[in-house]
Amino acid sequence: MTAPDILTTEALSVTFGGVRALAGVSLAVREREILSIIGPNGAGKTTLFNAVTGTCPPTSGRVRLHGRDITAKTPDEVARLGVARSFQNLKPFAEMTLLENVLIGREIHMTSGMAAAILRLPLFREDEARQKRRARELLAFVGLEQRRDHLARNLTYGERKMLEIARALALEPSVLLLDEPVAGMNPTETGFVMELVKNIREQGITVVIIEHDMKMVMGISDRIYVLDHGELIAEGLPHEVRANRAVIEAYLGGGHAPAH
Amino acid sequence: MFLQHLLNGITIGGSYALIALGYTLVYGVLKLINFAHGEIYMIGAYLGFILISLLPAMPPFLQGSLPLFLLVVFGIAAMICSLYGFYLEKICYRPLRGAPKLTPLISALGASIFLQNFVMISMGAKDRIFPQTIGMRAISLGGVSFTPLQLTIIFSSIALMALLYWFINRTRLGTAIRATSTDPFMAALVGINVDTVISVTFMAGSFLAACAGVMIGLYYGSINFTLGYLGGIKAFTAAVLGGIGNVPGAMVGGFLLGIIEALGAGYFSSEYKDVYAFFILIAVLVFRPAGLLGKRSDERA
Amino acid sequence: MNARNLRHDLFFYLGILLICVPFLKIHTLYVLPVFLGAWGLRRFADFAGENRLMVTLRERTVNSVLAHRRVTVGLILAVALLIPLGASDYLIEVFTSVILYAILATALNITVGLTGVLVLGFIGFYAVGAYTTGILTAKFALCGFWIALPLSGLAAMLCGILLGIPALRLRGDYLAVVTLGFGEIIRIFLTNLNGLTGGPNGILGIKRPSFGLFTLDHPRDFYWFALAVLSLVILIVARLVDSRYGRAWIAIRENEMAAGALGINVFRKHLLSFSLSAFFGGIAGSLFAVKQGFISPDSFTFYESVLILCMVVLGGIGNVAGSVTGALLLIAAPEFLREFSLYRMLVFGAVMIAFMVFRPSGLLGSRVIAQEIKDRADDGP
Repeated sequence: MTAPDILTTEALSVTFGGVRALAGVSLAVREREILSIIGPNGAGKTTLFNAVTGTCPPTSGRVRLHGRDITAKTPDEVARLGVARSFQNLKPFAEMTLLENVLIGREIHMTSGMAAAILRLPLFREDEARQKRRARELLAFVGLEQRRDHLARNLTYGERKMLEIARALALEPSVLLLDEPVAGMNPTETGFVMELVKNIREQGITVVIIEHDMKMVMGISDRIYVLDHGELIAEGLPHEVRANRAVIEAYLGGGHAPAH
Repeated sequence: MFLQHLLNGITIGGSYALIALGYTLVYGVLKLINFAHGEIYMIGAYLGFILISLLPAMPPFLQGSLPLFLLVVFGIAAMICSLYGFYLEKICYRPLRGAPKLTPLISALGASIFLQNFVMISMGAKDRIFPQTIGMRAISLGGVSFTPLQLTIIFSSIALMALLYWFINRTRLGTAIRATSTDPFMAALVGINVDTVISVTFMAGSFLAACAGVMIGLYYGSINFTLGYLGGIKAFTAAVLGGIGNVPGAMVGGFLLGIIEALGAGYFSSEYKDVYAFFILIAVLVFRPAGLLGKRSDERA
Repeated sequence: MNARNLRHDLFFYLGILLICVPFLKIHTLYVLPVFLGAWGLRRFADFAGENRLMVTLRERTVNSVLAHRRVTVGLILAVALLIPLGASDYLIEVFTSVILYAILATALNITVGLTGVLVLGFIGFYAVGAYTTGILTAKFALCGFWIALPLSGLAAMLCGILLGIPALRLRGDYLAVVTLGFGEIIRIFLTNLNGLTGGPNGILGIKRPSFGLFTLDHPRDFYWFALAVLSLVILIVARLVDSRYGRAWIAIRENEMAAGALGINVFRKHLLSFSLSAFFGGIAGSLFAVKQGFISPDSFTFYESVLILCMVVLGGIGNVAGSVTGALLLIAAPEFLREFSLYRMLVFGAVMIAFMVFRPSGLLGSRVIAQEIKDRADDGP
């Protein structure tokens, strides 16, 4: 029995000045699965995330969340509807502390208004305390609790990636899009992220990952989609994809070979 | 009357276009608005004033030939202003490359304030009156009256634009400027010295602005240290009107703005003459930020 | 000393020399002390930056100021309250100006410092506030000051919203120019709408406010009133900064795209900060109108906008205490150096460049530096 679809795209296309970065991609993400999207560099993976989250509005096609059309939504609306993402090139708020970084993700769950903030009403204090508690939980979840009062710009590369995940989780999303979460990490760190992703799924969150690290992709994915030149060329379980002729050709043609 | 306003508009528009080219060129390579550009233009006007006042002290062969003398005045003013442009970039922009966008904006503003007050202190706050040297006798032709000076201004601004066009399209440095505008990263990869290109761009822009300054000084006959503020904004409007970063756009925008202003002052109200530019600026930025000739893509945040 | 340092030094002294050149004509004697002072300051800064004792001392100071914020604020407030008791009326007027500019700088800091949006026509909001009060209380005598004060703030805020809705969608440098245009348009309208604004002559006879039987006629009383308004504005801004609003603003300044991806409506937050800063600008304008008693378009030039921006830059972009310090330095200092008034703007221009190049965080630094010191203390043995 398969779970119902949570996020679907229908013939999604993105064109940049004549270049088709995404050419009619239709895919379906099922509830509570870990789905990986792989493909050679320039295959359109990040563009797919950008199109889904409204960062780069699609030229044509539809995006649906729980069956509801979210194609024309702006990034912040998409985030508030429950789709969180991390970025391939990191974007932490460098001059803010880790706790504040995560609190930005809590913003949409805050209930106190401006007057409450100015008058320091109990409403405001309780809200702040509640959100800070949750933010610290999330930092603890990714292993950064100790450093919560440090500035984000003093973190190592790997720590920044963890911070991005904590920040995205702060939205309490139903779908989490991770763009190359383990790129540039050592095997220990990669192992940690794999456990983390499994834990996130255990909490009922659907995870979509773009990744080049085949150990990670093959190790945790329930299903895999393969993109090449902006088109879907394969879909299936990890072992099916690994044996797929089109996938092997795409990677060999692009100068890559899937590890393993 | 219409033709008369049109001609006056074209005269002023030519110098707007020359200044606007400086904004557009710098914007092309740095993706920044050079707030101090208007002051360079003002300094050009003052240099023109100083040099023309020196006419009686010039060697006889220059005193004898007015065109040659003017050429020398334009040349020297433009050279000195190029140096100002060079130092402006070196002091206010280069150390801040890669800094948050707010920082160079503020330092450029500081430079603008500094230069303006520098001129005010050294040259005085009062208007300076240009010595009447050339072409003030009006010629009338078919109901339109104009001075030889006006014709000189129109023709020299067109000649300078042609010179710039040749420079950026036909020379090695010009090609490097275009390459840097398109993609600074790639330009650096293929061996273009981006620092040099940026310096040259500032110098070229300042060169044209200085010429515009001398022309405006001659045309209006009096200059003031606040000239650069309004002139700068108007030229910036012209650059935006034509699409910032777009060289032919700046030229068209300059003439267009000059004509709009002349017609507006002639047919509506001359008290609000200086407001037209602001309204056009805001309207263009809000409704068509890419300008009339620009592409409608990356200009919005 | 390596080549880069040498070059920096060269630039530094060249800059100082450039500033001194116009002085040479009149005050040759002053140039040497200025030079020696600059040299001494730099040597001291180098020493303070490297010497272990000095570094610890500095960190201690920053830490204790941070730890005893209430005490520091209390002390400063006490001094501010006591100033008029010992000062001449003229001095009190000067310090009242400082307070008005401090309100303006604090307000401008919300957009420039927190959300990272450069506003060049800020004086336009000040003008709208001042004229609203002038028109309502004096020109047409429709209402008293206490009603006009909030209305002035709201009028400026309305202008802020009307300008912000189209302008805040633009890139940063375009936005700066559009706001500059706004300031100019306001000034030109004030000069030409004779029936409403009195044209170039402005509005005369604006009365000082009164509390029942009390009138704030005496400069000292008005000073205290202005100080109360400033304190209130700072309190509001500081509390907003230390809440979800301030965090969102800073996040937008740091990275607009990431803020959007985290569900923050970037445009609305921009508009909020913009209209808030316009509101406080309008309030300051209203105070200015009643302080002066008359207003004319001459008080609202582009130079004033630059002056306020310079305060923000000098004190520290995004630092509320810095705005007040900036106002104090830029308004009070020239009053005591009257003979240099001609060079005021020249020096301000140079200061803006120098601060951007050498110390973008301003005199007091941003909170980042304080946090950095704390970080190091945490990591230390």
